[in-house]
Amino acid sequence: MTVTDAARESVESMLEANPTRSHLNPPPSYDLADHPLPTGREEIWRFTPLKRLRGILDGEASAAHLTWETSLPEGVTLTEITAEQAVELGELAPNDRPSALAVARAGGALLLDIPAEAEPDAPVWLKLHGESVDDLVWGQLVIRFGRFSKATVVLEHTGSARYSATTTVVVGDGANANVLSLQDWDDDAVHLGRDAIRVGRDASVRHTAITFGGDVVRLNANVEYDGPGGEAELLGLYFADEGQHLEHRLFADHNQPRTKSHVVYKGALQGQGAHTVWIGNVLIRKIAEGIETYEENRNLVLTDGCHADSVPNLEIETGEIEGAGHASATGRFDDEQLFYLRSRGVSEAESRRLVVHGFFNDLIRKVGVASLEEKLMATVEEELAKNVLKDVTG
Amino acid sequence: MSTLEIKDLHVSVKTEDGPKEILKGVTLTIKDGETHAIMGPNGSGKSTLAYSVAGHPKYDVTSGSVTLDGQDVLAMSVDERARAGLFLAMQYPVEVPGVSVSNFLRTAKTAVDGEAPKLRTWVKDVNKALQDLNLDPTFGQRSVNEGFSGGEKKRHEIAQLELLNPKIAVLDETDSGLDIDALKVVSEGVNRFRSQEGKGVLLITHYTRILRYITPDRVHVFVDGKIADQGGPELADALEAEGYDKYLNKAPA
Repeated sequence: MTVTDAARESVESMLEANPTRSHLNPPPSYDLADHPLPTGREEIWRFTPLKRLRGILDGEASAAHLTWETSLPEGVTLTEITAEQAVELGELAPNDRPSALAVARAGGALLLDIPAEAEPDAPVWLKLHGESVDDLVWGQLVIRFGRFSKATVVLEHTGSARYSATTTVVVGDGANANVLSLQDWDDDAVHLGRDAIRVGRDASVRHTAITFGGDVVRLNANVEYDGPGGEAELLGLYFADEGQHLEHRLFADHNQPRTKSHVVYKGALQGQGAHTVWIGNVLIRKIAEGIETYEENRNLVLTDGCHADSVPNLEIETGEIEGAGHASATGRFDDEQLFYLRSRGVSEAESRRLVVHGFFNDLIRKVGVASLEEKLMATVEEELAKNVLKDVTG
Repeated sequence: MSTLEIKDLHVSVKTEDGPKEILKGVTLTIKDGETHAIMGPNGSGKSTLAYSVAGHPKYDVTSGSVTLDGQDVLAMSVDERARAGLFLAMQYPVEVPGVSVSNFLRTAKTAVDGEAPKLRTWVKDVNKALQDLNLDPTFGQRSVNEGFSGGEKKRHEIAQLELLNPKIAVLDETDSGLDIDALKVVSEGVNRFRSQEGKGVLLITHYTRILRYITPDRVHVFVDGKIADQGGPELADALEAEGYDKYLNKAPA
């Protein structure tokens, strides 16, 4: 008995010393030596086509930038800060090689600052545009939502680049943050991104990743909590075409009691070699009593030759929780749905369009950026026109 | 005028042991303005007839013909059949998440008519159809069949029947699972539809209860994929009293 107790104590002290013990999530670190060049066999790299990253992971220095077109409501500022200042602001340390490289090579960060109690009536809009995939661009951004502020921030990515960026979202106590990252890249872009969110006490955050374009896009959305009562909603929508690799990795780290996470990602795939990856990691630490978590991934496979990976992982260190669940489903068009719609005179193509619309509709409505809803539906429409509507016969 | 003519229809479904014949030669004509009831025990092929006429891909028509006003229905795709004037009210209407009832109804009406309905009259028509079937005005905002009660699903089918206004309506056990109030509301809807000139109804049911509200011109008894007996409305009364036993006992072992 004594031995067992001692063993347990040593595990507990190790837990305290090494906060991210989760085997699915390597410990965060700024030190590049902690993030060696991956071979492709690592748990966090095994789905990613490393060769198609076009050497980003080699970590060459580069002074290239994306062009930023910004729309900042009154009171909101965008300023340059040093990497040290980013740490002082509460930046979450990199948890993979590209995010560590981004901090090491970016040569300073940008701070988007939403003051305490500010409630701008328009979204903060950051349009980031790349000129060419020949440009290697490193990015480091901190978005700070002051205490009790309420705002929406949209990051829109267009054009092409090899872009690796580390973004931290610090959500102050009681704040209400809505962050949306739209990947509307050209066909050859490579984008590695890590968005890490620190949710303050009683704060709520919604983070949405929407990915249509790019050759390889690999995005992490990580959440942890600064105090009890924080809530995070992580949403995602992706549409992979022929040859595209779109990977979304979620990590909800319940490191505080009475916190909530709710993850919904939906994707559609079409065309030869379209590949999507969704990894939903949730860690419920011993301290995190009374938490609630749910994660869901649904994929709609529209043609032959596509591949969707969907892996929910739940690590639980305490059973004293409100609820924890996950769901994952990947399927083709439901023949019964199509029959029902067609039996009302609706053509096959139009029926397919309706079903896909319906599939994404609820999610798009949840995004909470009114001016984007129509654009997103239109983009889904364009994607459908490429394949699903064209190929229909009879 | 509208005439649905089914001649010597043989239909199979695929099973693990190869194709299995369900309909073994069904001949039936619904003339202008007639209502025909098809009754029969479970597994007699009633629903198969409904789905085969509508063109469900699960069913293979191996021989026979179906024509609507002389047009070859079997040569048409599912949606072409609907546009030609056939409507199937399903026993188990399918959920279409994220597609609102109002969007669905407008899309279907546009498809069936070949042009979008006039906005002002359309909204009025939809509201009336929903109201006539005791469906809440907010019903239009809900996703098609998602979270509907059994009764709501059936009433929604009949609202579609009235709005799309086909030539021939095939009602597949629309009465099953309805309480008496809902049954009356649904029957009134069907009666409004068939009171128009030239509308045909093929009403498939397991029970005689609905025939008290919708009086058929002809009653056909289905047993083992064939019509075992037919007659006027009085045949339904006999079935009510005696059940299907005498037909089942007659069927070869």
